[in-house]
Amino acid sequence: MNCQLASDSIFYQNALYRFIYDTAGTLVPCSFSHVIAGLTIMLMLVNSVLLGAALVTWLERRLLGRLHNRIGPNRWGPFGLLQPIADLVKLITKEDLVPSGADRIIFTAVPLVMMVPLVLMTAVIPFAQDTMLADLNIGVLFILAVSSATTIGIFMAGWSSNNRYALFGAARSVAVLISYEVPVVISLLGVVMISGSMSLNDIVHAQSIPFLLVQPIALFVFVTGMSAELNRTPFDIAEAESEIIAGYHTEYSGIKFALIFATETGAMLVVSAVIATLFLGGWNGPLEDFLGWFWFLLKTLAIIFVFIWVRATYPRLRLDQIMALSWKFLLPLSLINLAITAVEVFLLRDASGHLSLADLWIMAAINIPMAILLILLMGGLFQKKINSLPVRTETPMVPGVPTIEVK
Amino acid sequence: MTVNVGPQHPSTHGVFRLRITFDGEEIVEVEPILGYLHRGSEKLAEERNYVQVVTLTDRMDYTSSMINNQAYCLAVEQLLGITPPKRGKYLRTLVAELQRIASHLIAVGFFIQELGAFGTPLMYSFRSRERILDLFEMLCGARVTVSYMRPGGVFADTPNDFWPALEAFLDDFAVEFEEMEHLLMENEILTARTRGVSPISPDLAINCSVSGPVLRASGVNWDWRKMSPYDAYDEMEFDIPIGRNGDNYDRFWVRMQEIKQSMRIVRQCIDIIEPGPVRIADLPLVLRPEVGVEAYGRVEASKGELAFYLVSDGGVAPYRCKVRAPSLINLTITEHLLVGWTLPDMIVSLGSVDINMGEVDR
Repeated sequence: MNCQLASDSIFYQNALYRFIYDTAGTLVPCSFSHVIAGLTIMLMLVNSVLLGAALVTWLERRLLGRLHNRIGPNRWGPFGLLQPIADLVKLITKEDLVPSGADRIIFTAVPLVMMVPLVLMTAVIPFAQDTMLADLNIGVLFILAVSSATTIGIFMAGWSSNNRYALFGAARSVAVLISYEVPVVISLLGVVMISGSMSLNDIVHAQSIPFLLVQPIALFVFVTGMSAELNRTPFDIAEAESEIIAGYHTEYSGIKFALIFATETGAMLVVSAVIATLFLGGWNGPLEDFLGWFWFLLKTLAIIFVFIWVRATYPRLRLDQIMALSWKFLLPLSLINLAITAVEVFLLRDASGHLSLADLWIMAAINIPMAILLILLMGGLFQKKINSLPVRTETPMVPGVPTIEVK
Repeated sequence: MTVNVGPQHPSTHGVFRLRITFDGEEIVEVEPILGYLHRGSEKLAEERNYVQVVTLTDRMDYTSSMINNQAYCLAVEQLLGITPPKRGKYLRTLVAELQRIASHLIAVGFFIQELGAFGTPLMYSFRSRERILDLFEMLCGARVTVSYMRPGGVFADTPNDFWPALEAFLDDFAVEFEEMEHLLMENEILTARTRGVSPISPDLAINCSVSGPVLRASGVNWDWRKMSPYDAYDEMEFDIPIGRNGDNYDRFWVRMQEIKQSMRIVRQCIDIIEPGPVRIADLPLVLRPEVGVEAYGRVEASKGELAFYLVSDGGVAPYRCKVRAPSLINLTITEHLLVGWTLPDMIVSLGSVDINMGEVDR
């Protein structure tokens, strides 16, 4: 008994884990302490994702209502805050349908397959200073790998539903995800190069100024790519409700639908947390020792707001336009960004390979004008490609009595 | 792969069914299947007297009831050989143009909803449409199924607070519409999705006998309000917007311009209107046209040429009532519109034609 966490453990950086481990260590054998500490934090993570998803659902409906000139849900609880619970109760009590001809096992497994990667992603996100489940030294790679696993769930749903709309949605989703994975990964390489580590905790520590300023192109590409992977507007073709009903989850009802829906909103929450960590400085802020969680939540909410705002604003792109956007616009942009960042890091780093605050400001001063210039320039070229017809300038009105020529 | 789009589908504008054969996402074959909303309006009209039929016309194109009333009343007036008094004519023109605005707002709102913009443009256009329906409620107590017009005029004069409310609406709507136009007309994604998609050539449009904004978007100058003016349109000054490419964007553009022109007409009606009777006073309660008279009442409805063909056998009810429904006839271009384009474009193209199933199936 009375065991302390060894300083070479991968959990040592995690203050919360250390605290629970050491407290439990006074009561139970050391081998159990790991189980207790791990389970406690996992419970917290799973619940934070699910409850967070519920809250994001409420926030999204409320904000969309405001942006639509409506009120939004306001009946159950203060400001309608308990609406997600009412929805959940409704969905649980509904009949859980499995369509005839569906592949029952795969169909049932889908909500789980989609939910698990989401919870896994939260394992490496630092919520406050040195507070995460595992400080993986390949954190960024882990997030990218795990987040793409959701695609498998989507394709399973589309394939097993025995529904043609679901198949449409699944096929579209896979095509989009594969295309957008490439620019997203390349855009993150710049961040990794500057911070010199793939651990998310180290990346936050490295952000003496937020990488939003140092890597604006990477942020742009990452947010665009992630909204495509999350099936958010304007890339929501996998569940385009005006085209293919609900896409891959057309046939899901009851609790299965609730889980898939929670996964979707939860994914938005987790991805916003990742963006806040990688680009907005995570828990960095005034009084970060005590208020780190507050700054983290605030930044995450800001990103979520942007996602919801975009959803209320833009029409949807077509599949070929989304593909073109990825391969002809975002990929070259992220490659240029990678090259520029590589040169900058090579020239500015000191002997030990570190970048000082002044170096980061120099990079920001170069990269921000560069980003504006490149996005405008390449955007103009790209716009001509997808929008070749002439813009209407004059309005051809015909006053007076018309003449008609019938051929 | 054959897919049944509809009869239950979020964006087929009611119970419209399309059997589509896809090759990947590309459409190879289209077969529209109609009749899910058939209520036998034409047959029902033979069982009711001439005034009662007005209520049936409300339920055909329920997004532009006023214009349906107008077309039917014009046909009955032709049968009887009567014309409504001046104030009645102006009121009819005014409410028909308000209804055109409301109908086009729905068309534009749903068009962009189908492009994938989640609700916002739709809610913005419905905000203005609500005000128009409130005005109709002031006039006749009903918002959608109005039955405001009668053969020989309209059934009641305006209440006192109608005119200030109309002025207030026009002022607000000018601002709201400008805002919508500013947000929508040059939107990058909207133009990328709609320009050059599903173009209909003028020849094809004429051969398929489509009418209304769809025909005008193809560049054909064809508007019954100008060509054979009814009610008070001969005194009104307005332009006909004409499209250039006949693609989805042009159809949307033509509707947006027509809303502006309708606002012009409404303002002119307000200036020109004078107190007086709104309906011919000495009409009998039950109208009895002479035996064997035929009439063809034709208006430019919000969706195209709407016409009622009435035959009288001297009885209290029409012997035959045939409706030329623009939505149904505009569907003749479905195949040319859809084949060769993809699934997302198909939804938008259908939205750009602006069909109304209540009118298609009657």
